[in-house]
Amino acid sequence: MFMTKTILKNLLTKYATRLYPFQKRETFAHSRGELKIDMEKCILCGVCQMRCPSQCIKVDKQAKTWEVDPFSCVYCGVCVEACPVKCLYQEKLYRAAVAEKDMVMHVQQPKETAEPAAT
Amino acid sequence: MAKTVLPFGPQHPVLPEPLHLTLTIEDEIVKEAIPKLGYVHRGLEKLAEIRDHNQMIYIVERVCGICSCLHALCYCQGIESLMGLEVPSRAKYLRTIWSEMHRIHSHLLWLGLFADAFGFESLFMQFWRIRERVMDLQEETAGNRVILSVNQVGGVRRDISAESAQWILDTLKTVEKETLQLKSTILDDYTVKLRTVGKGVLTKEKAYELGAAGPTLRASGIAQDMRQTGYAAYSELDFAPVVETDGDCYARTTVRFNEIFQAIDLIRQAFSKLPEGELAVKPKGLPTGEVVSRVEQPRGECLYYIRGAGKKFLERVRIRTPTFANIPPLLDMLPGCDLADVPVLILTIDPCISCTER
Ligand code: SF4
Ligand code: SF4
Repeated sequence: MFMTKTILKNLLTKYATRLYPFQKRETFAHSRGELKIDMEKCILCGVCQMRCPSQCIKVDKQAKTWEVDPFSCVYCGVCVEACPVKCLYQEKLYRAAVAEKDMVMHVQQPKETAEPAAT
Repeated sequence: MAKTVLPFGPQHPVLPEPLHLTLTIEDEIVKEAIPKLGYVHRGLEKLAEIRDHNQMIYIVERVCGICSCLHALCYCQGIESLMGLEVPSRAKYLRTIWSEMHRIHSHLLWLGLFADAFGFESLFMQFWRIRERVMDLQEETAGNRVILSVNQVGGVRRDISAESAQWILDTLKTVEKETLQLKSTILDDYTVKLRTVGKGVLTKEKAYELGAAGPTLRASGIAQDMRQTGYAAYSELDFAPVVETDGDCYARTTVRFNEIFQAIDLIRQAFSKLPEGELAVKPKGLPTGEVVSRVEQPRGECLYYIRGAGKKFLERVRIRTPTFANIPPLLDMLPGCDLADVPVLILTIDPCISCTER
């Protein structure tokens, strides 16, 4: 009989779990999630590539590309802190599951307003 | 009856991790146990040769998913003493707070798994429900739920704001209340006592002789806790090791249960004394020389040996984890117990095999 109280309480309180696909948890303001880049700002210096503990970033200065292997990224945020121009940022949510593995490649477009050639 | 040899693990419903024991049994009574390790060796120590000493922080964190923050802390302390860095005191306090959060979530996780080991599944759910609150605290303050990545050489990477501090204290109050509600279920229950009291006794002398660590050691009546050495901010906080004297499964459960409240109390103390100031100092130079660094993880004493030769890459990193120390005591406990008690006994040392094999 000592369980009656507990049973009644459990019947009257809310669920401890969420009905997931319909009801999603709010993300926290300071969570570290998927890594994104603002390619226009990147100066292709390669600091992020050097610092990344899982070595999943590849920066190619010649081809003007910045590439990350999202499956190796461990969301540590080291590259975000190291970037001198702060063009990297992390979403609040981790990357959604995908069916196929692929790299995320960004190519820097040549600037529209071409810098005046040094004379 | 003749002797039977029974392979236990590496895949076993009760084991979250691959530990293999070759049990020799006679009439369902264990006579001898021989362990076999090495199923999840990942060679993380070797990585020190190709990752520099700053990148290694994030690698040693991945030695163990449950005490990640403490692995990084132990490693950073070692590097800091090699470089002669003095960590700002706010960073020390924040490190203490995160360490204790880790202890709470690890012990709640263990209590849940332990309840599950003797078939008490609703209790398992209850403990994990409470644990989820602590995981939320970690995600909000550190950025990730499990692998916190808050330590860096010279200090910490993140601050805890005053509002977050208040929220943490409020949540801990709930955690404390909810855990207390479960106290009678895990510690006073007739069935639970039948499975734990007097089982797997490790005497004080044996515990000392075999080099047990952490709650396994303290449950046998030895008041030894690495936090007493006063790393991070522990020298300025007031606490005494949680000790039990019986050395059986019940005592080990009680120690872990009571350490949750000790950890909550330590976090409160740390917040009340939290000084203002810098979060980190800038490291200068490269690690040169050798050092042994120790911390108290939820499972016991963890030891890092680090040798640097003034280069970016370290010469050697050696990690001795608490489970490694607790395997000889486990082998001492097993002979003489019922086969049905083996899973419960194994769980009471809180084995973390990934840690042990690195
Ligand atoms: S550190 Fe920043 S600017 Fe440099 S290559 Fe990486 S993303 Fe670009
Ligand atoms: S978040 Fe960490 S692992 Fe991911 S790309 Fe940046 S540095 Fe590498």
